[in-house]
Amino acid sequence: MIRPDAPVLLEIRDLHASVENQPILKGVNLCIRAGEIHAVMGRNGSGKSTLSKVLAGHPAYTVTAGSVLYKGEDLLSLDPEQRSRIGLFLGFQYPVEIPGVSNLEFLRVATNARRGQRGEEELDTFAFEDLVRDRLSVVQMDPAFLDRSVNEGFSGGEKKRNEILQMALLEPVVAILDETDSGLDIDALRIVASGVNQLSSVDNATLLITHYQRLLDLITPDAVHVMAAGRILRSGGKELALELERSGYDWVDAELARLDAEGERQPLEVA
Amino acid sequence: MVAAPAVQAAAAGSTAASLAWLADLAGAPLPTRRQEDWRFTDLSSLAAIPAGVAAPAADQRGDPWAELSLPAGVTRLAGAAAEAQLGTALAVSGCQQHWPVLLNAGARPALLALKVEGDAGTLELPLPAPAGEGVVAWRLLLVLEPGARLDLLQVPAPAPAQRQLLSLVSEVVLGEGARLQLGCLAQGHNQAALFHHLAVRQASGSELQATLVSSGWVLARHEPRVVQEQGAARTRLLGLQRVDGRELADTHSFVRFDGPEGELDQLHKAVADGSGRSVFNGAVQVPRLAQRTNAAQLSRTLLLSDRARIDTKPELEIVADDVKCAHGATVSQLQSEELFYLRSRGIDSTTAAGLLQRAFCQEVLRELPAGALRHDPMTALLGAA
Ligand SMILES: Nc1ncnc2c1ncn2[C@@H]1O[C@H](COP(=O)(O)OP(=O)(O)OP(=O)(O)O)[C@@H](O)[C@H]1O
Ligand SMILES: [Mg+2]
Repeated sequence: MIRPDAPVLLEIRDLHASVENQPILKGVNLCIRAGEIHAVMGRNGSGKSTLSKVLAGHPAYTVTAGSVLYKGEDLLSLDPEQRSRIGLFLGFQYPVEIPGVSNLEFLRVATNARRGQRGEEELDTFAFEDLVRDRLSVVQMDPAFLDRSVNEGFSGGEKKRNEILQMALLEPVVAILDETDSGLDIDALRIVASGVNQLSSVDNATLLITHYQRLLDLITPDAVHVMAAGRILRSGGKELALELERSGYDWVDAELARLDAEGERQPLEVA
Repeated sequence: MVAAPAVQAAAAGSTAASLAWLADLAGAPLPTRRQEDWRFTDLSSLAAIPAGVAAPAADQRGDPWAELSLPAGVTRLAGAAAEAQLGTALAVSGCQQHWPVLLNAGARPALLALKVEGDAGTLELPLPAPAGEGVVAWRLLLVLEPGARLDLLQVPAPAPAQRQLLSLVSEVVLGEGARLQLGCLAQGHNQAALFHHLAVRQASGSELQATLVSSGWVLARHEPRVVQEQGAARTRLLGLQRVDGRELADTHSFVRFDGPEGELDQLHKAVADGSGRSVFNGAVQVPRLAQRTNAAQLSRTLLLSDRARIDTKPELEIVADDVKCAHGATVSQLQSEELFYLRSRGIDSTTAAGLLQRAFCQEVLRELPAGALRHDPMTALLGAA
């Protein structure tokens, strides 16, 4: 829901970032207000996951220019753990398996880190079990997954549900979900989408990275952005996603060539 | 038991001189780094241990295990029955003349010989060293009759703040279809050293799982040596050693198949921090008669400091042609993607690193016999979380 007077939660200005001295992000601009759901689409390799990891503070990526404000404060100077504690959440495209670390313990330590930041008391094992059982219902996940190691041997879809479970526990202010819909069967897609819908409110915001309209049929975005070659090339409403579904990304090359010719670095503003 | 001889004054500053008493005790010169098996294992830290033999605490009959209550199915072996078996596993596995074995014999170890019949459940064998400095030696003999089962947990421990060299030689004879799950949880301290030989003879159809865990010793050397005398047995070897500071831990394992269709599954893990040094050498011999052997060996080291050193080497001698033999060795630092995943959930980097280290160790610790939990092996290994 777009409310022009809603507070800005995330403001990305001319963000440039590289990995191993290779520039990947080349001037990303994006502004997200409370209550909004944004979708970022774009070809493979266009920089979507890179953007999400830079926002979450992955140490392999170096920000070479630009800024990111989270609720008006500089986000980029914070450690990844601090970013999470103040309410930024990244649902990974490829959640890692951590053999030997119990999922339940991991979820509890993470939840308590966030609670501590909000001035809430830590939950002991028993109190946490109650909370986690409640949140499991959001993603309709079998409690048996709590007793396993973090993501170890989880199917692709189970890993994604585990990401949304973490989101449900951490109650983020800004959630970035990187292809949370890939690898989900039809039922799981519906469950995950309804989970995201349940968790969104007028006080938080969601950035969905996706390739497919089918997710956006279930979660209606307020804005859709197309990334190409490390920047946002075009932005629009939910109809932009439908148009992409019809016509693909062929227009991207022409537009990039035109921008290069003009030396233009700014994204097109679409009314 | 021999009374502790007076501490021999070490020639000032001379390591060789201060080690001479150990050579005398063993009746053989100390191994040197010119010997292949000792190439990475410097024994000079033993010079800090004062000469002497501290006998395990004993009752009047000289039996330190007089109070030990044995589960049903486990009885003491004595006299000729014990004599007949004693030394056979050492001989079969070819380590009678190994220096740590000679040292053990020279130190006149306290001997415990046991026979196991039927399903004997669990036996915990605490091996607390008495106060007193010098060598403390134990020798164990365990004979499992055909079909017998036992979970055995050994916990050798140096006396607090005593400069001690603990010497443990265990021999195990597994009858047909017998099953032994053995755990050795060895936590030392910064003035103690450990030599541990475990020699096992396995009859066909028997199963051995041996899990050796050690940390905190100035010097620790484990030599598990297993021979499947007719093949067709299962051997599972697990090891976990952690070094920090200037500690050295060394595992030299040896497995031989003297018949077809044997199985080996070996996992050796090491955590190397500080200026610690970790050595692993895994010998596996599959002679021609051992067709259809299936052996897998994996060594994994977690390197936490750039001053730590590791030397790891598989030593596979495979002559039989129809065998499956897999081996691998990995050395890694804490995985940055795993660390980042945890940090991205608000877990600070120290806690995250601790969780990952615990996870690395847990894979081996969970294989210890159930009674090990009481000793909180994770805390012993890594300190309080
Ligand atoms: N460590 C790295 N070294 C070199 N190039 C990298 C590295 N990491 C990412 N890249 C490159 O950065 C570009 C952007 O990758 P990114 O993962 O952000 O794409 P994406 O838009 O998320 O793609 P997809 O839709 O396939 O998930 C790719 O060309 C990728 O190969
Ligand atoms: Mg991606």
